[in-house]
Order: sequence, then structure tokens, then C-alpha cells
Amino acid sequence: MTVDNRIPALPAEEYARRQRRVESAVPELWDLLDEVKDPEIPVISLWELGVLQEIEQRDETVVVTITPTYSGCPAMSVMEEDVVAALHAAGHDQVRVETRLSPAWSTTWMTDAAQEKLRAWGIAPPGCGSADVAAVIRCPRCGSEDLRKLSEFGSTACKALYQCNSCAEPFDYFKPI
Amino acid sequence: MTATDSNEAVLQYAVRLGDDALVLGHRLSEWCSNGPFLEEDLALTNVALDYIGRARMFYSYAAELSGDGRSEDSFAYLRDCREFTNLLLHELPRGDFAFTMARQYLVDEYALAFMQALLESEDERLAGIAAKAVKESKYHLRRSRDWMLRLGDGTAESHCRLQTAVDDLWGYTPELFELDALETSLVAAGVAVDSAALRPDWEAAVRATLEEATIELPQADWSVRGGRQGIHTESLGHMLSDLQFMQRAYPGLEW
Ligand SMILES: [Zn+2]
Repeated sequence: MTVDNRIPALPAEEYARRQRRVESAVPELWDLLDEVKDPEIPVISLWELGVLQEIEQRDETVVVTITPTYSGCPAMSVMEEDVVAALHAAGHDQVRVETRLSPAWSTTWMTDAAQEKLRAWGIAPPGCGSADVAAVIRCPRCGSEDLRKLSEFGSTACKALYQCNSCAEPFDYFKPI
Repeated sequence: MTATDSNEAVLQYAVRLGDDALVLGHRLSEWCSNGPFLEEDLALTNVALDYIGRARMFYSYAAELSGDGRSEDSFAYLRDCREFTNLLLHELPRGDFAFTMARQYLVDEYALAFMQALLESEDERLAGIAAKAVKESKYHLRRSRDWMLRLGDGTAESHCRLQTAVDDLWGYTPELFELDALETSLVAAGVAVDSAALRPDWEAAVRATLEEATIELPQADWSVRGGRQGIHTESLGHMLSDLQFMQRAYPGLEW
């Protein structure tokens, strides 16, 4: 049996985000919003993506704080609507979604499990890289590292387009940022 | 500065940065479905989205500072040419692909350094916007620099077009590094970026890229300025007639 002795490196702001959920006074609302997925990648939730930052009950109003992925990401308004719809459906009539820019969203907030979901969906995950240093990219279909970049930008701003030289699969790569 | 003066100064500064982003974002968006090939079409429009998103963040902040009911749309759609305060480089017509990429490269080198400096702003909101912009600009620069090398060191045709583009753009770059009274006072207050201080590093980076791309450094004996004071090229008015068409045809329209 191999023991995984790696210490997961977690950015401070992501640790704080996870603590907010653990210590939340409204854990059931976090669970409820686990059902709200990224409109472009319906296998990972806003929580897993790192967009969902805080949920608070302020008097009669549920206040949800989200952080945008990319500045101009058109999916952000859809995410807002989906959050409101999910809370309305659960009987919470007064809902407000607030946007917070800081700390700036990072793909390093995604858990390994979420990254594996991306891979299974056909998207090469960002790994632990940053905009300066990319992590190793593997073909989500066959695992090969023999790839070529077709475009720095893919179907959305958060992805680049690659093709696998081993199995010929063209695929999106979720860029580390 | 009094609190009110300082509020108004930050508002104007945010609008300037919003104008830079909106005008360039619109120019890039004009490539939508006109890109040289599909992947490049996607890239140009994704960069356009980043810039338009950047404009929205700056305008939203300006709208909040105004406290008079103005919205981000008021800044984007309800002002005419002379009220726009973008640096002229951003508004020049998109030209051919070489021109678009050369302009993008010159802007990306500038924008990345600028936003990295804005991270240190005493104004938390501006610093927050910069933190998002820095990450995006790194990807923009990687791509535009790559195109400089491919076009410059490509065919005779691509080389010629890129050299022409760089020559035509060069006289618009000094304005990037000039501060007026408003920005000077905001630099002193720790809010704005001292863009003049960015010039040596920018020139060194651009010089190195041009050399690698086998493009000659222009020896321009001309330069144009005026954007921050609302003095624009002819092309901005034409652009606004397109960008603002819906609001001009249906005043007060909301989606
Ligand atoms: Zn493969």
C-alpha cells in the first residue's frame, strides 16, 4: 500500500473560504447551493470552482457572495441567476447576490476531486500551476504529455485549446490562473 | 485635497481606466467572425471580453463614487467623444491583423506593468481590479508577443505588414507615460500609478521583442497626445456611433 505523504498546499484565502463553510451558521444553504453547477461545465459546482465565497442570513435576506472567474466572463450573470433560482425554489424569497473582487479568483482553489471531475468531463485540469508557471498538462483522454497548443484561448477565456499527438484528441485545457 | 475633491479625482481616474479598457475591448470585438481562422477568432473575442469586463469593473466603481445615480452604462453609453478620456492608442481602428496584434502587444506590455503597479494602490477597490487584470494580462501578453515573433520573422508579407504597423503606432506610445495634474496628485496620494516610471522597462521589453521579431525600432519624429483631455482621433466618433447605437436609438433602454 502506498501512503500519500504529500502535504496539500492550500492558499490562505482558500483555507479561509473553507473555514467559512465549516463555521457557517447556515450549513444547509451551502449544501443546497452544491446543486448549482458551472453553466459551462455542469459537472462542477460553484463551490468546487471557488466562485462561491460566502452565504449569510441577514434578517430575512439570504446574501450570497461570489467572486468572478474572469473579468468579462459571460457565465457570471447566469451563475447569479442560478443561485437565486435555487434559493427561491427552496423557499427563500429574499435573496441578494453580491460580487467581491478580492481575493482574485485562482484555479489553485479547486480540490483534487474537482480537478478529476474536469478531466473525466474531457477538460485537462489546471493542476497547481499559475499564470506564470504552468503545471504538467496531460491529455484528458489518454494521459499523454505529447501535446500541441492550438490556441491560447479556447471556447471560453478560462480555457486554451490543445490537441493530443498520441491519440489525436482535441481538448480544452483549463488554464491555471 | 478635501475628501470631496479626492473622491472626484478617483472617480475620474477610474473612468479613464474604464475608457481605455472599453475602447480597446470594442476594437477587439470587431474581429468577431472576422478573425483569420477560428482559433484566432476565439482568442481575439476572449481578450475583448476580458477588456470589456475590466471596463465594467472600473465604471461600476466610478458609478458608486458618483453617488448620483449614474451606472456603468452612463459612462459607456451616455457620453460623447470629448468626454471620453482614453489614451489614443486604444481607439485606433483595428487595421489589418498585424496592426491589431502590434497594438495589442504594445498595450499588453504596458497594461501588465501598469496593473502590477496598481496592485500597490492605497485604493483597495482599484487594487482589487488590478489583481484580476494582472492574471489576465499575462495570458494576453504571452499570445501577442508570440504573434509579434511569428509575423515579424514570418513571410516577407507578414514582416512588411508588421513593420508598417509598428511604425504607424509608435507616435501614439509616448502618451502612455505622461501624467497630467490629476494623475500627479493621485500618485502623490498613493492611489494612481506613476506611469512615467514604467517607461524604461517597457522600452527595454519592447526593444527586445522587436529585435527578436527582426522588426526595426521606429525612429519616429512625431507623437500624438490628447486622449486624457478628451481630444481624440477622428475614429473614436465613428466607433461610438456603433458602440452606442442602441442607446442613441432607444434612450434609456435596458436589457
Ligand atoms: Zn491523448
